[in-house]
Amino acid sequence: MKMPKEKLISYLINLVGIVVLFLLFVALFQSGVLGSRTNYVKGIFTTACYTIVLVASLNLLVGILGEFSLGHAGFMSVGAYASAIFTNALAGKGLSDLALFVLALIIGGVAAGIAGLLVGIPALRLRGDYLAIVTVAFAEIIRVAFCNFAITGGGRTISGITKLSNFYWCFWVMVICVTIMYMFVRSRFGRTVKAIREDYIAAAASGINVTFYKVLTFTISAFFAGIGGAMYAHYMTAMIPTNFNFNYSAELLTEVIIGGTGSFTGSIIGAAFLSSLPELMRQFSNYRMLAYSIVLVIVMIFRPGGIFGSWEFSLVRVLKKAKNGELFAKKNKGGAENE
Amino acid sequence: MAFSLFIQSLINGLNQGAIYALIALGYTMVYGIIRMINFAHGDFIMVGAYTLFYTVPLMINHGMPAWLAVIFAIIVCVVVGVAVEVIAYRPVRGAGSLSALITALAMSLFLENSAMVLFGPNPKSVTKIFDLGSVEFLGAKLQVKYLLTIGIGLLMMVALTLFVKKTKLGKAMRAVPQDKQAATLMGINVNKIITITFAIGSGLAAVAALMYCSTYPRCTIDMGSMMGIKAFIAAVLGGIGIIPGAMLGGIIVGLVEIFVKVYVSASWYEAITYSLLIIVLLVKPSGILGKNVGEKV
Repeated sequence: MKMPKEKLISYLINLVGIVVLFLLFVALFQSGVLGSRTNYVKGIFTTACYTIVLVASLNLLVGILGEFSLGHAGFMSVGAYASAIFTNALAGKGLSDLALFVLALIIGGVAAGIAGLLVGIPALRLRGDYLAIVTVAFAEIIRVAFCNFAITGGGRTISGITKLSNFYWCFWVMVICVTIMYMFVRSRFGRTVKAIREDYIAAAASGINVTFYKVLTFTISAFFAGIGGAMYAHYMTAMIPTNFNFNYSAELLTEVIIGGTGSFTGSIIGAAFLSSLPELMRQFSNYRMLAYSIVLVIVMIFRPGGIFGSWEFSLVRVLKKAKNGELFAKKNKGGAENE
Repeated sequence: MAFSLFIQSLINGLNQGAIYALIALGYTMVYGIIRMINFAHGDFIMVGAYTLFYTVPLMINHGMPAWLAVIFAIIVCVVVGVAVEVIAYRPVRGAGSLSALITALAMSLFLENSAMVLFGPNPKSVTKIFDLGSVEFLGAKLQVKYLLTIGIGLLMMVALTLFVKKTKLGKAMRAVPQDKQAATLMGINVNKIITITFAIGSGLAAVAALMYCSTYPRCTIDMGSMMGIKAFIAAVLGGIGIIPGAMLGGIIVGLVEIFVKVYVSASWYEAITYSLLIIVLLVKPSGILGKNVGEKV
C-alpha cells in the first residue's frame, strides 16, 4: 500500500504536534512549577490517558458501528486481570520494566480481544436495545466469573500488582492506540463499517459481509479496552471485580456520548475532562454523577450527536487556515471528515 | 427433608418471581408502546421503597394498616414516572432508539444519584409491613405474605390484560405502537396515551416496591438498577410487549435463581440468570410467547 504524499505529510505534522504537546507536559513536570503536587497531577494525567483509550475504543462501537455496548467495563476487566496475572508471574524475572509493560499491554489487549470475539460472534446477531442488554449480561457474567475464580482473587481485592503505568509511557500508549483506531476508521475497513451503520441491508446487498465487519469492529474495540484495562491495573496496583460493574460501563458510555459519537476529538477531550473532573471537585463527589446525568439529558435533547458531533480536530487544517490568514475569520463548521 | 426443601425453594422462587414479574409488567407496558427500554424503571422501585421507608411508620403511628402506605408510594412513583417521561423522554422521542436509550440511562443515573444526595449512601431498613405469620405445608414453612405476593402478581397480570384488551383506553394503547400517525388520525392523543402508560408502569413499580420490602426490608440506592435489569431479562424472556409473557418470564427467572442458589451454587446464580437471557435471545429473540415479526426492507 502506498501512502499519498499529502497524507504522509499530514501524519508528520500531527506527529510533530504531539511531540510538542508531550514536551510541554515534560517541561511542566520537570520544571517543578507544581511543587509538591507534581505526582498528584501526574496521576490525574495518567488516569486521563487510560480513560481516553477506553472511551475511544467504545466510540469505535458507538460512533462508527452505530451499536452500543453497556458492558465495556467487562472487556476492560478481562484485560486488567490478564495483564496483572501475567506481570505478577513474570515480575523480577530479569525483564526490563518497559518490556514487561509492553508485554502486559499486549497480553491484556489480546485476552480482551479474544473475549470480544467470543462475545461478539453470538451477540452481534442482535441489534439495538437487545444487543445493549446482552452486553450487560456478558459483562455481568465476566464479573461473576472473576468473583469466583481463585486466580482472580475469588471476589477479594488482588493487590501488589507492579506499578508500571507512569504518565510518560501511558501518554505514548494512548497516542499509539488512538492513532491506530483513527487509521482504522479512515481505512477501507472503517468506511465499510460506516456503510453498515448507515444501512446494513444496503451494505449487505452491496456484497459486504456484515457479520464479519461487525465482529471485527467489536473485537478491535475489546482489544483496546483490554489495553486500557491493563494500564488501569498497573496504575491502580489493586483491584476488585466489582470495580468493573454496570455503573462503570455506563460512565464510559456517558463520556463517549457527551464528547460526541464518532469523534475521537470528542472522546479525547470528553474523557480527559470528565476523568479529571472528580479530582478537581473532590468535595462535591456526591454530585458528580448527578451532574453527569443532567448534562447527558441536556446534550441528548439539544445536541443528540454529542458536543463535538462527528467533528475532528485537524492540526493540518488549522495550519492551512493560519497560512491563508483566515484562522479567526470564520468558524469552520461541518466539513468534518476531510483533513 | 429434601422434599420440604424443594417445596420451600419453590415457594421462595415463586415469591421472587412474582416481584420480578411486577417490575417486568411495567417494562413490558412501556416497551410495548414506545419501543424503548426504560432503564429508569428499576429506579422507580427504589423511589417507591424510600417512600415506604418514610410512610410506613407514619401509617402505624396513626393506627392504620401499614400496607396502606403503598398509596403514597404509588402517588410518588406516578409523579416521578410522569415527570421523567414529560421532561426527559418526550423531547428525544423522535430522535431514534440510541438517544432514547441514553436518555433512559441518564435518568436512571439521575434518580440514583439524587437518592444518594437526599438519603445518603447507607441502606435503610423498612419497618415490618405484613404480620401474617406462616403455615405448615408438606413439611415446609410457608410465609403467608409470599402467597400474597404471588396472588397480587397474578391479579395485576389479569387486570392489566383485561384493561388492555377490553377497555377503550387499552385499545388506544394497542393502536399507538402499530401506527402512530394513523392512531392520531383516529382521534387518539398519542402523548396522553404514552403518559398514561408511564403512570401505570410507575404505579406497578410502587406495588412491586411494597412486595419487595415485605420480603427484604431494606432499601438501598442501587437496589433498583440490578433488579431492574433482571426484571427486564424476565420481560424479554417471556416476550417483551406481551403482558402474560412478563409474568411467565418473571416466574421463570425467580425460580431459576432460587433453585440454582439452593441446589447448584450460591455464588454463580447471577451468571446463570444472565446466560439464560443470552440463550433465549439467541434462539428466539422475540421471547417465549413472542411472535416472530419479519423486518421491512
